[in-house]
Amino acid sequence: MLKINNLQASIEEKEILKGINLDIKPGEIHAIMGPNGSGKSTLASVLAGRSDYEVTGGTLEFMGKDLLELSPEDRAKEGLFLAFQYPVEIPGVSTTNFIKSAVNEKRKYLGLEPLDAAQFLRNMKEKMKLVEIDQSLLSRSLNEGFSGGEKKRNEIFQMAMLEPKLAILDETDSGLDIDALRIVANGVNQLRTKDNSFLVVTHYQRLLDYIVPDFVHVLYKGRIVRSGTKELAKELEVKGYDFIKAEVDQELA
Amino acid sequence: MMDATNILKEAFEKQNGAGGSLAEYQQENWNMFSGLGLPAIKHEEWKYTRIRNVFTDKLVINNDNNLSQDALEKLILKGTENANRIVFINGRFLETLSTTTDSADVICIKPLEKAAGDEDANFVNINLGHSQRYHGDGINALNAAFANGGVYIRVNKGATLNNPIIIYHISNSSHGLRFSQPRILVNIQEAAQVELIETYINMGGGETLTNEVVEISAEKDAVLHYVKLQNEGEKTNYAGTTHIRQTGKCLTHAVTITLSGSIVRNNLNMVMEAEHGESHMYGLYLLKGNTLADNHTIVDNAMPHCFSNELYKGIMDDASTGVFNGKIFVRKDAQKTNAYQSNKNILVGENASANTKPQLEILADDVKCSHGCTIGKLDEDALFYLRARGISAENARSMLLHAFAIDIIEQIKNEEIKAYAEQLVAERLSFNI
Repeated sequence: MLKINNLQASIEEKEILKGINLDIKPGEIHAIMGPNGSGKSTLASVLAGRSDYEVTGGTLEFMGKDLLELSPEDRAKEGLFLAFQYPVEIPGVSTTNFIKSAVNEKRKYLGLEPLDAAQFLRNMKEKMKLVEIDQSLLSRSLNEGFSGGEKKRNEIFQMAMLEPKLAILDETDSGLDIDALRIVANGVNQLRTKDNSFLVVTHYQRLLDYIVPDFVHVLYKGRIVRSGTKELAKELEVKGYDFIKAEVDQELA
Repeated sequence: MMDATNILKEAFEKQNGAGGSLAEYQQENWNMFSGLGLPAIKHEEWKYTRIRNVFTDKLVINNDNNLSQDALEKLILKGTENANRIVFINGRFLETLSTTTDSADVICIKPLEKAAGDEDANFVNINLGHSQRYHGDGINALNAAFANGGVYIRVNKGATLNNPIIIYHISNSSHGLRFSQPRILVNIQEAAQVELIETYINMGGGETLTNEVVEISAEKDAVLHYVKLQNEGEKTNYAGTTHIRQTGKCLTHAVTITLSGSIVRNNLNMVMEAEHGESHMYGLYLLKGNTLADNHTIVDNAMPHCFSNELYKGIMDDASTGVFNGKIFVRKDAQKTNAYQSNKNILVGENASANTKPQLEILADDVKCSHGCTIGKLDEDALFYLRARGISAENARSMLLHAFAIDIIEQIKNEEIKAYAEQLVAERLSFNI
């Protein structure tokens, strides 16, 4: 589904990603872990097409298409979804209208008829239950004045509405208490099928107790330095990142 | 370039020669105008706004001050058929096409010249020219020199009008640069409630220049909702003052929407002469091409415990320019004043610009005043967020600009006018959700 080959990216001349390789197949959950500043969020942003980052080398293939050739909106319409680490507050844009136009722009791109108001509402009600999000939140301006937990639930709600093939969760667990974390994870698990995939970017192992990954990768200094199963995450939890840093720094020296 | 002096002089002499109750007032103002001339850009208050350059020998002032009923009906805003309707043609009040739909017991609309000589003469004497205390420039005096073409509106004590008052300013520009000078004097008596809306129409496809003065006095417990809607087209030049006095504790609320024009200058004054007065001033300038829109506002707090809130927003596309100058005076005795002011600008066009200047003069020591201004581009983070959900860059931009603009439109109280303004803004921003 997603093939990342030797991806290199920089921001303002500073190289952040120094050759990432990753292959995600349908139905798989991959976790990217790593210490602060290792490039985790950069990877998520580059995949979604944020223009602040310049891709300086490598290839990105998604469902057989060259992602680097696609605008952020076309990547989304092809089925890529980024749950933001910091969802943006947008006063004056109603959450419901925003989601409705996102859903219908995607349908149009895929050659489908737009959902009418009744269909959309039915769909919305169903997905609202999934992330235990309240109607009153959705009639407000997008993320405006939402708590941290409400913003993250709204991200997962949008994901549910857009039904992506690949969802990237960028530190979705940061700033969430354990109850909110459970709700978010539960939403993700219910949306999981044999056809769609997840890339879970996180600093902590905690989230992976709820969203159980098939593969865990450790990102450090812009490279994937270790890959393994969920046991690797457990090991990191116990030993911290320092042991990997030490090993890798020694290898590089 | 020839200037307009001779044309103005000829027109003045022609109409003032006819005498009438305002002849003396007009002569004084003509003399004042002759002394002061038109404001040049070296005049601090006019530094961005070259209105003087529009006064050329192409000005057309005379005649043609007529319009058929049929032609008028085509111009009426949808859903406002029941409104009290005041029609100005080329800056002259046209009584025959104006209609009063509320009862004569509660509202009186008549020529200003008539009011200056009948039972309303006292009000006229006190209030006509009151705005000159704040705008003692030649352009205001020039309007006053032609005041006899104006209208007088009185809303009687305790009346709540069933219908809004809509003023249609129609300029016939088919014979050259049409110069219009509407004059409006409004007497809102105790506890009366009024919606007053002004809108401008350029008929004929040529250039126009309008120099307007509106003076409103509201007594205690009155409520005024005022809207100025400017969408006359790119060949319009406009300079106007709306001067609102609160002579008793009351509520006055103004929304100024500017969507097009060549040079547009709006002065808006709120003069808070009584304790516990409340005023609101909202503005939206949504500009493109080479339009320059210049909003100058004044809130003058003379008495304690007054509240004023002001929010102006601008979106500048292409090579357009937005100017905002907001003065707040808090006089020595105006303790416990609450005065808030905010001006926000988004530059969309490569060559667009914005100039913003808050001016606070506070002489009392126990007041709450705040002001803030921003000039920036569209928020890139917000744009990316929307695009990452599959919304095209173009639609994302529309959505964000619309969201920015719409909270000003929502301040319009009259539902029909609000819907109309919403539609104009949505069309301009290609917003269709």
